Amino acid sequence: MMVARRFAPLALGLWGLAGCTSSTANPGGSMPAPMGRVAITPPNPDPRVGLKAGPDAGEAAWNMRLVSNTKPSAKFVGSTNSDIAFRGNLVIQGNYNGYQMWDVSDPAKPTLHSFRYCPASQSDVSTYKNLLFVSAEGNTGRIDCGDQGVKDPISTDRIKGIRIFDITDVSNPKNVANVQTCRGSHTHSVLADPKDTENVYVYISGSAPSRSEKELPGCVKDKNDPNTAEFRIEVIKVPLAHPELAAIVSSPRIFNDLNQTKSHGSAPDDLAAIAAAKARGDFIVSFGGGEQVLPSGFAKVLLDSTVKARNGTGPATGADSAALRAGLPALIAKLVGRGEDDGHKHPGVTSCHDITLYPAIGFAGGACEGYGLLIDIKDPANPRRIAAVSDTNFSYWHSATFNNDGTKLLFSDEWGGGGGPKCRASDPKEWGADAIFAIDNGKLTFQSYYKMPAAQTSLENCVAHNGSLIPIPGRDVMVQAFYQGGVTVFDWTDAKHPTEIAFFDRGPIDANRMGNAGSWSIYWYNGYMISSEIGRGLDIFELTASPAISQNEIDAAKSVKLDYLNAQGQPKSSWPATFALARAYLDQLERSGGLSNTRIGAIRASLKTSESASGAARSTGLNGLASQVSGEASGSKDAAKVRMLADAVKRLATS
Amino acid sequence: MRATRLTVTACLLGLAGCATGPTPVTTPAPAAPKPMVSTPEAIAKAEADSARYPYTEADLQFMTGMISHHAQAITMANLVREKDRGAAPAVVTLAARIINAQKDEIALMQNWLRDRRQPVPEPNPSGMRMVMNGAEHDMLMPGMLTPEQMTALRQSRGETFDELFLRSMIQHHNGATMMVQTLFDTYGAGQDQMVFKFASDVNIDQTTEIARMEKMLGSIIFARHSQ
Repeated sequence: MMVARRFAPLALGLWGLAGCTSSTANPGGSMPAPMGRVAITPPNPDPRVGLKAGPDAGEAAWNMRLVSNTKPSAKFVGSTNSDIAFRGNLVIQGNYNGYQMWDVSDPAKPTLHSFRYCPASQSDVSTYKNLLFVSAEGNTGRIDCGDQGVKDPISTDRIKGIRIFDITDVSNPKNVANVQTCRGSHTHSVLADPKDTENVYVYISGSAPSRSEKELPGCVKDKNDPNTAEFRIEVIKVPLAHPELAAIVSSPRIFNDLNQTKSHGSAPDDLAAIAAAKARGDFIVSFGGGEQVLPSGFAKVLLDSTVKARNGTGPATGADSAALRAGLPALIAKLVGRGEDDGHKHPGVTSCHDITLYPAIGFAGGACEGYGLLIDIKDPANPRRIAAVSDTNFSYWHSATFNNDGTKLLFSDEWGGGGGPKCRASDPKEWGADAIFAIDNGKLTFQSYYKMPAAQTSLENCVAHNGSLIPIPGRDVMVQAFYQGGVTVFDWTDAKHPTEIAFFDRGPIDANRMGNAGSWSIYWYNGYMISSEIGRGLDIFELTASPAISQNEIDAAKSVKLDYLNAQGQPKSSWPATFALARAYLDQLERSGGLSNTRIGAIRASLKTSESASGAARSTGLNGLASQVSGEASGSKDAAKVRMLADAVKRLATS
Repeated sequence: MRATRLTVTACLLGLAGCATGPTPVTTPAPAAPKPMVSTPEAIAKAEADSARYPYTEADLQFMTGMISHHAQAITMANLVREKDRGAAPAVVTLAARIINAQKDEIALMQNWLRDRRQPVPEPNPSGMRMVMNGAEHDMLMPGMLTPEQMTALRQSRGETFDELFLRSMIQHHNGATMMVQTLFDTYGAGQDQMVFKFASDVNIDQTTEIARMEKMLGSIIFARHSQ
């Protein structure tokens, strides 16, 4: 194949992993999607196409409903709503003007509990215990929360980094610390280390250029300087008893080992191979943000040229080799496009956009410019790369979500930065989409792409953005925001065939131009899907029962209760023993044909009898049913699910 | 070392074959952005934004100059799509994405200018039109290809083209990131939220794309010398 020859995978590079062109794109709106024996038939024609534009835009919903929409409060009208975090009955909604805290005890009628006017973009928020963390990245953010901006490019009034608030008294948040970073905080992720109860860690990602060291000592803008502020993330350690002492503890790369600069672009196997090559005395070159071993054929060409340059003949000498080694960096810089006049440029992976921490499994997913990373976070202050993938269809790796088992990792591509209309009929389905990978022994293997399937207008900014899992037991289901493309719920249990199963969308907010609106993020929290609408405020949705999701599955999902949630610190769901849980598995077995209809009917009847019984009759009935079902697993084509059902029934017996 | 370096570079360029690549994959042309008009609401919103965080001459220069900068990127990328160009599929994909992205961004910059009742330039791939001493000149923004460089690109084919295209686009993107850096280093600039977001997006998107292009270029060069 011509492609393979001309773009041969680099010996040790990552580029070779790219280009998953043979994959199956998501099937689109009109095809009935198989999900077990029940065909899920999306509405046809798709009601999201052609929705009325304007302030009273049309709405379309399928398998979910809008419970409430709450407009921003006075100080936040017209200013961008950003990410959200949750604590008890509170939704903390970031906004470029600060944050609002909504009491959603009654999801149909959220009320403003309190707010803090403290402008900064993007004001991404997270919470842990009594603390609230807010990202500041823009040039205008001020330490004093003023809104006059900071005109001077060098000023001590500016904040770029993390604001920390004590919200013990939710009505009166106290700004207890500001941690300044060189590149500011575009996003951040809070890591509650299971082994360290005295501290919490915050991983900072920034995407603006570094500020001057005159503004913040230690910030080196020059990308070629070994101490550059690029090519790293910052890890902040926050002592819970003394949050005012929060400080950067590591900038993975700079404080540990300078070699780690390069490791940001290479996996451990690659690094080991490079170390071995160095030990052998092979030529090592550096470009594209990583190191590579110069292919021996190429090294020979260069050595021959070196001999020729001194008008010599015969094999290269040690001196030739040394001369080549000395001149190699400049030579390669020239070869791969860095001219001598802009030799100070050092492109490569300079930062991550977002990191999703999954402490329950000890891993994080890093979405870092041109790469998706799997990161070991068992030592919170020293995260370690263990795998990396790239993809020619991906422009800018934006965020990551694990499935609950930690066997799959979904990355999204925020192609165009969220301001572009990337869901037009003419925009490829693989661009600005999600890419799903299987995780196997620390390796990531591409499975498929998923993109919200309805064509949007050129007046609607639309691209894959923030979402979370919906804790439906036994399935991988996610809800995700696509800005003005609305929100989409999809099933990715079958990683090669993700399927949309619910959606909500509005028409463009402005009939004449691209307006500032759309869902920034939508997360499942304690039974509802809560969306931060950039211009329209706070949306709360709930799932409605359908062939795609049964009422039992919804009830089982609602049984998972959290005290707080930061979507970038993913919690592992576990389900309390409920009849809804057993019935949810049963519904799934009906869909998959894992048990006969007769058996499903009989088990349902038995569950109903036990539910109305009590005491010994209840537990005897349930234990009997559990062992009976357990015995049927081996004969089923969906044995794993039958065992999950048996286990759920058994737990019910003792609950 | 300079002499050696030049010898080797020349030798590498000279070695480039004229093999024609496979027929490029067809990538759909992006939909033309809907012609935009300023509405009273949009102008009022822009006025409110500017009352809070005023834009400066540097912001105007950036939002104006980047239009012609993007226009040239699109002209370059359009060359890739020509039938007899013989560009490799990976380069064709890259070019299609550059065209799609930068067309949308041109519309964004034009809207920003229009809402502030500033002159809205047409995308001019030869540079930013300026009047000096009564005569019109096209000023090249940082990283833009000179007419000579454009001609060389137009005249190349196959793998030679791929290599030159990648080098040229890396130069071009580097210029864009320098424009962002210059903007943020200027007193009073980058306070406007749209300018800050757009400039930051340009910085990060193009930095990411430069790394990708360096890898592609490295693949071409290494593959050629490892056979």
